[in-house]
Amino acid sequence: MPSPEQWTRPDPGAGPAATAAQPSPEQVIAGLRATTEGGAELTQLLTPEGERLEDSRFDPYLADIDAEALRGLYRDMVLVRRADRESNAMQRQGQLGIWVPLLGQEAAQVGSGRALRPADMAFPSYREHGVAYTRGVDFRELLGIFRCTDHSGWDPAEYGFHPYTIVIGNQVLNAAGYAMGQKFDGKVGNADDADNEATIVYFGDGATSQGDVHEGFVWGAVYDAPVVYFCQNNQWAISEPTERQSRLPLYQRARGYGFPGIRVDGNDVLACLAVTRWALDECRHGNGPVLIEAFTYRMDAHTTTDDPTRYRLSDELEAWKLKDPIERVRAHLARAGSGEQDFFDSVDAEADEFAAQLRDFCFNMPDPPPERIFSEVYADTPAALDAQREEYLSYLAGFAGGEH
Amino acid sequence: MAAPVQSPVDTQAATTQTMTIGKALNNGLRASMEADPKVLVMGEDVGKLGGVFRVTDGLQKDFGEHRVLDTPLAESGIVGTAIGLAVRGFRPVCEIQFEGFIFPAFDQISSQLAKLHYRTQGKLKAPVVIRVPFGGGIGAVEHHSESPESLFSHIPGLKVVSCSNPVDAYWMMQQAISSDDPVMLFEPKKLYHSSALKAPVDTTATPDPLHSSRVVRHGDAATIAAYGPSLPVALDAATAAQEEGRSLEVIDLRTLSPLDLGPVFESVRRTGRLVVVSEAPSEVSLASEVAARVQQECFYSLEAPVQRVTGFDTPYPPAKLEEHFVPDLDRVLHAVDNALEW
Repeated sequence: MPSPEQWTRPDPGAGPAATAAQPSPEQVIAGLRATTEGGAELTQLLTPEGERLEDSRFDPYLADIDAEALRGLYRDMVLVRRADRESNAMQRQGQLGIWVPLLGQEAAQVGSGRALRPADMAFPSYREHGVAYTRGVDFRELLGIFRCTDHSGWDPAEYGFHPYTIVIGNQVLNAAGYAMGQKFDGKVGNADDADNEATIVYFGDGATSQGDVHEGFVWGAVYDAPVVYFCQNNQWAISEPTERQSRLPLYQRARGYGFPGIRVDGNDVLACLAVTRWALDECRHGNGPVLIEAFTYRMDAHTTTDDPTRYRLSDELEAWKLKDPIERVRAHLARAGSGEQDFFDSVDAEADEFAAQLRDFCFNMPDPPPERIFSEVYADTPAALDAQREEYLSYLAGFAGGEH
Repeated sequence: MAAPVQSPVDTQAATTQTMTIGKALNNGLRASMEADPKVLVMGEDVGKLGGVFRVTDGLQKDFGEHRVLDTPLAESGIVGTAIGLAVRGFRPVCEIQFEGFIFPAFDQISSQLAKLHYRTQGKLKAPVVIRVPFGGGIGAVEHHSESPESLFSHIPGLKVVSCSNPVDAYWMMQQAISSDDPVMLFEPKKLYHSSALKAPVDTTATPDPLHSSRVVRHGDAATIAAYGPSLPVALDAATAAQEEGRSLEVIDLRTLSPLDLGPVFESVRRTGRLVVVSEAPSEVSLASEVAARVQQECFYSLEAPVQRVTGFDTPYPPAKLEEHFVPDLDRVLHAVDNALEW
């Protein structure tokens, strides 16, 4: 793994562009290397050391990001990370059946999530706790899935945030269809941009091998759908490295489908925000779809059931710690004189309180009653299912005290 | 539930037209598209071509390319994007060109379509209709003659129906589209253009509920239950048996999930004998489910074990052999004999 000093920075004048669809052997090797190093075409606006890089193409998308807004993004990421760590700990304590950590992907999720407007729609996989947070979903509403008290708690229409999708890649097609609907509803290309909408769909590097993701790219392309395909390449699909999914850097696949692909530093919240705003803007104006590959790193396990020591070296994690998405914002704020110690301390205190509330909520979550098994299977419930429910409930009621 | 399958023909009524099953499906689609601008038709070759069986003939011309979508050739994509469109507020009607090509979509159907309502406890609905031409008897190559309806009937959250005549085809299409639950409509492809089955369809009639079975011929010696492409052979068997003085009751199951077996139980309590006819392999099938439920509900009424006349537990054979595989008149009558002579 390269040290931060070897991290290749983009030429600010050269915009990201897809390369030829038929790679030479040299390109293949370069692509493999890029898959682990980020590559020359990585869009980065904030270096791991907290240095703000000028970028003529994407800086206009950050015109409103002043020091206060940047402190807001910092706060978002700290809260999300703290909630993630608390949830991970609660799994270890037996309060959650499983947890899917996002550690390391805070910038990719907060940056892209904050790029969305209320009328936009997001389709997550199952690790998008940070995106959920930016959509206004109460973090506590995520816990039911992992405590196994429900399959999805929030109202997707209220938050513009679809239920988590656990089957890898399914949601890419669902999102493409939703975006087709936005277009059919006349929500693309209107002169008044406030009337325009877009969809974003999240998936990982492993999902790019799924047929549904391929088909989702095809559908979005041929129907000119306003959909941003946001691939968080966190380098690992459980134990399998990205090299097991692709010869080419993932963002270059876009060229084969006929839409732009761009690789962004997924640990750079400003770059993720700017590039996603650009991509959504393109979609809203009828130039979609767009593929974004957020180049990041899964700093924790795939889930709490996983053991990364079996397949990757700790050196790798140590190298990525130097590119931490939160630390670089903190460094930048401190450098720019925009972040006093009091601010950082107050965010930490707020995060502790956030985690305490989460913990308190989780520990007091009731188990659902048995009749929940039969609830809302259909919009119009068949009589036979009602009968099955009644039969089981009366069977249960036959036990002393109604307990079995 | 003992209403006759056909209303008396009123040739004077402008609202009544005589048509095939294929035309009735087309007219049903058209009626739904006229009534609700959110109804979309999507699938392979459904637009300009009108579908390989012409069931969507003329719809794109009349409703436009944004209502009738010729999609890329990928079944998972058809169903997966239909789900997204449904979440957006549309009512997509997907055509799967042949039942043998549905399996790339099995994941989207079982993992997403069937579970969206349950997963969100009703916050999201998935009013998607999936039309599936199914069954054999057309002399086709592999993957064009199968009967996979039991696989889908096994999935909670889905509803599955099958039509066997033009009246049902016309109404079931519209009822399926109106349903807030996902509905799979299995269409008997060999009967699409059968002129023998042409029937008058009164577009002002009040149809039976979608999820109801129906007695289509009354009798008292034995009961035959069938659906979709097996209805004609069941009725033929009843006609043949009548010539021998045996009166058979025939029930069109119509709804495969949920099953509506009340009329079957009522019938079997009178006849004491049941023959279930289906082209699908029998093992772990709808025919087996009907048999199990009937023995549970009609145990003391049964005079003979429930007979199942089905396809064999093999892949669909080369079509030169399909006359052996698809239940025919002799096999159904043989089963009736077994039940009567037990």
